[in-house]
Amino acid sequence: MFKYFIPVIVFFALAGFLVTGLYKDPTAVSSPLVGKPVPQFTLPKLWDNEIEFSESEFAGKVSLFNVWATWCLACRQEHPLLVELSNSKVVTVYGLNYKDEISEARRYLVEHGDPFEASAVDATGRVGIDWGVYGVPETFIIDKQGVIRHKHIGVITQNDVQLTLLPLIRQLHNESM
Amino acid sequence: MNRACSIVLGFGLLICITVSAKPLTAVSDFEDRYHSILNELRCLVCQNQTIAESNADLAKDLRAEVKKMLLEGATDSEIIDFMASRYGDFVLYRPPLKPRTLLLWFGPFIFLGIGLLVLALVLRSQRSVGSMPLTEEEKMQVNAILDKSED
Repeated sequence: MFKYFIPVIVFFALAGFLVTGLYKDPTAVSSPLVGKPVPQFTLPKLWDNEIEFSESEFAGKVSLFNVWATWCLACRQEHPLLVELSNSKVVTVYGLNYKDEISEARRYLVEHGDPFEASAVDATGRVGIDWGVYGVPETFIIDKQGVIRHKHIGVITQNDVQLTLLPLIRQLHNESM
Repeated sequence: MNRACSIVLGFGLLICITVSAKPLTAVSDFEDRYHSILNELRCLVCQNQTIAESNADLAKDLRAEVKKMLLEGATDSEIIDFMASRYGDFVLYRPPLKPRTLLLWFGPFIFLGIGLLVLALVLRSQRSVGSMPLTEEEKMQVNAILDKSED
C-alpha cells in the first residue's frame, strides 16, 4: 500500500523546493566579504577632492556604507530613507559615489538632501570591484572594528530598515570595541 | 657562389621567421589565457553569461582588470581567486569542491544510483513473477480459453 504514496511524497518534496525557490531573489548573491574587514582603499571625498577617504574612516563607530550614483534610478527611491537614518543619528552614513560625474553628484545631493557624513568618489569603479559591487544600490553595515557585518543588494525599503538594518545596528552598538 | 649565397640567404630568412615567430606565440598564449579566464567567470549582472560574453559595464571593467593582472604577471589561479574573494564562488562556472558543494558535485550520481537500484528491483520482481508455475485452476482456465479459440 505504501508504495502508492511514493509518487505523492516525491511530488510534494519537489513542489516544496520549487515554492521556496519562487520567493528567493536570484540576483542577491551572498557576499564573501561579510565577516571580513573592509577592503583597503583611498579615494577623494566628494565635497573636497583634497581630502582622502580611506577605510580608517569606519574605525570606532557603527557605519552604513551606501554605494550610489545619480544614474541609478533605484538609488533615488531609497534616498529619503538614508536621509531619515542619517538624521536619526543612530548610525553614521557614508557613501561611495560609483562611476558618476562629480558635478552631477553634488547637484543631486543639494537637491535631494545629503545623508552622507562623507562620500568617496570612485569614478572608475575600481574600488567598487574590491567591495564586490555588481548592482547599485548596495549597502554595507560595518561594525566598530571596521568589519563588514551585512550586505544589502538593491533598494532598501522601510521594511528592510525596520526588520534587518536597525536591529543589527543596535546590536553592533552594544558590542564592545 | 650564387648557390651558396642563396643558401645563406635562405637560412637567414629561416632564422628571421623563427625569431619573429617567438613573440607571436607569446602573444597568442597570452590571448588564450585571457579568453580562457574570461570564460571561467560569471557576470553577476546578467547571470547566465560569462564576462567574456556580457556587455554589462561591470563585465567590461572586469575584463580590463583581468587584462591588467595578466600584464602584471599574475597567474591564472591568482586572478580566479581575486574574483572569487570579492564576488563569491558564484562567479566561478566550475565551483570548487567544498563541504557546501558536495551535494552539487555528487548529487547527480546519487540520483543515478537510486535510479539503477529501482530499475534492478523492478526487473527482479518481474522475473520472479514470470517463473512462477501455474496452479491447477489456472491451467484449467488457460485450457478452456484455448479450446474456445480453436472452435
